[in-house]
Amino acid sequence: MSEVDRRDFLKTAGFATAATAAPVEAAIPRSPKQISPEAVGMLYDSTLCNGCKACMSACKMANNMPADAVPESLSGWNKGTWDSPEDLSGRTLNVIRLYRNGAAEVKDREIDGYAFVKRHCLHCVDPSCVSVCPVGAMSKDPASGIVSYDPDVCIGCRYCAYGCPFGVPQFDYTDPFGKIAKCQFCVHLQKQGKIPACCDVCPTGASLFGPVKELEQEIGRRLAAAPGTPYAFARGKIGGDRPPNESTIPHYTKAVYGEHEAGGTQVRYLAGVPFPDLGLPKVGSQSPASIAEGMQHTLYHWLIAPIVAFAGLAFLARRNMAHGRPDDEPKS
Amino acid sequence: MSIAAPLRSKLITPTTLVLLALAAVGFYFLLERFLYGLGAVANINQGYPWGIWVVFDVIIGTAIGCGGFAMALLVYVFNRGDYHPLMRPALLSGLFGYTLGAVAVMFDLGRYWHVYNLLLPWHAQPNSVMYEVALCVMAYVVVLWMEFSPAFLEGRAAGGFRRFVDRWMWAIVALGVLLPTMHQSSLGSMLLVMGYKLSPLWFTLWLPALFVISALMMGYGIVMFEATVVSRSFGLPSHRALISKLSVVVGLITVAWLALRWGDLYARHVLAFACVVSVRVVMFWIENALFLAAALIFIVPAWRAGRRASFLGAVALLAGGSLYRLDAYLIGYTPVTHWSYFPSVPELMVTIGMIALEVLLYLVFIKTLPVLHGRPARR
Ligand code: SF4
Ligand code: SF4
Repeated sequence: MSEVDRRDFLKTAGFATAATAAPVEAAIPRSPKQISPEAVGMLYDSTLCNGCKACMSACKMANNMPADAVPESLSGWNKGTWDSPEDLSGRTLNVIRLYRNGAAEVKDREIDGYAFVKRHCLHCVDPSCVSVCPVGAMSKDPASGIVSYDPDVCIGCRYCAYGCPFGVPQFDYTDPFGKIAKCQFCVHLQKQGKIPACCDVCPTGASLFGPVKELEQEIGRRLAAAPGTPYAFARGKIGGDRPPNESTIPHYTKAVYGEHEAGGTQVRYLAGVPFPDLGLPKVGSQSPASIAEGMQHTLYHWLIAPIVAFAGLAFLARRNMAHGRPDDEPKS
Repeated sequence: MSIAAPLRSKLITPTTLVLLALAAVGFYFLLERFLYGLGAVANINQGYPWGIWVVFDVIIGTAIGCGGFAMALLVYVFNRGDYHPLMRPALLSGLFGYTLGAVAVMFDLGRYWHVYNLLLPWHAQPNSVMYEVALCVMAYVVVLWMEFSPAFLEGRAAGGFRRFVDRWMWAIVALGVLLPTMHQSSLGSMLLVMGYKLSPLWFTLWLPALFVISALMMGYGIVMFEATVVSRSFGLPSHRALISKLSVVVGLITVAWLALRWGDLYARHVLAFACVVSVRVVMFWIENALFLAAALIFIVPAWRAGRRASFLGAVALLAGGSLYRLDAYLIGYTPVTHWSYFPSVPELMVTIGMIALEVLLYLVFIKTLPVLHGRPARR
């Protein structure tokens, strides 16, 4: 789809939002899933991010991912630059992207300003990828809520990539034996008592790891403080022993991304510019998985409908096959 | 009443040679895909994980293969035995539509060597619409071969398999109606998880109904299309009277489909989306215009009487139904970041090769097996 077309679409979406934003109310959706009390998550504060991309290279090293580059046709002056992915891919689990407008003079300002955003899996409370995977290769840990991927089960259908509301899972198309790549909160490091690589190296605390409950309280504190107030921003893990980043409260948009989106996510965003500018899509608060599963469960409840239908069809077919073998030529 | 008989005309003709060549080109690129990965052949990318191999070969291809489903419903469920001469050719096209759709799934799967996981109960994931589609389509391919098997077995000594098929045909036929109803509607349900990524012109809770009814329409479309093309090419008597009677039924189903679709668009207050100029909106209108054209051709008596009416109507139905699927899966879909997709030439060649193979096998079968009714004018 061309950009122009996309914009047209968004514009129309503007004057018809009332209709589309409304969730599907019918009896169809199944009840939404609830967040686990022990859920872990991340807070990404766009106003603290200075675009150093340390998290990107730390992520590559921690997860043994190969370097990625902008496709040559798009790379312009920086052709061949080592590891310069412009988006998530089968080789990139985490990417920092830039929003810029006009003269791009002031950080975190919408007009003539710029801002950063970090893109990776949001670890949905009710994840679409888990719901759509036909073989259960995507699973959500009932306690930590981490959504992880098992390449030994995956058949490579890429429904997870198509269905994720945030465009996260990516198949590696360059490899004849490719697999899906997606952030898994560095489960392997957590098992060793460490924290995810991106939060570990973030110098400003823009990426902060911790239990979702504590992160929610932290978000509340930041939004409650007046802009300009001195504030100690935690780094690494919330409640950890690292020296904080002493700074001041910025002008937040007062909205939290991830609290309700797609039924809620374990990654939350704070920013100084509106989220759609950062490429964080406008997603309703209803989890898409609950709509699709609700429909399936309604149609296939205990397989009653198919069994009844089969009985009816079989009865009619049998009665109408007076000659025993249906494919006999009619005896006329 | 005529009986089904093999055409027994020459197998090697310029047409079959061209088809064979196209299939060979497709296979060459498939080899590349297996050696160098999906990205070496197809243009699918970070924003468009599904391209025409999924949407054309599987989603559209199986709907075109619904001839057997559509006719079985008419002949055996609604007991219209007079349509029987159209049954076998319809099953045959379904056989190839579905079998090759299943083959296409295999080369599109990124980790095809794990495909057996779909059958292992401990990996079953019944919440996934795709799981249901996969099992259901696999079962239906088997059912189709059984439904068609009398064409192979005719004139042979009755063996155990034949006795089994004879005895249980009523159940096989019932499954042959039930399974396509299930998975063709699920092909619509697969999009219910797309949420805001799919334009409201296509996203609706009625997707399953819209998909299964339009698959039925396309099934009748392919039956009418084949009847005309085959009788013309091989000088067979055409089933004009039969087809004309059928077309009224199909016309009414098409009107019902349009009523459901537009009623739903109206009820959701999203008609405003159909009033801007963009690629997808133009496609939306073409789609609906094709369906409307088919309905009119089939229903208006003066039009239906026209010599080419059933053929043109069938083409409009098939084109409309295919475009509807293409739109719902690709054109009406907006990826999260700004990616675009257009199939590459090798990618298209694979799909064209598959279609060529399908037509080729169809020709070989009608020439060697008792499929078509009426003696050919020339031998
Ligand atoms: S963001 Fe996407 S990949 Fe991550 S849990 Fe949600 S649906 Fe799955
Ligand atoms: S690509 Fe793999 S993980 Fe994703 S939905 Fe398909 S089988 Fe599941």
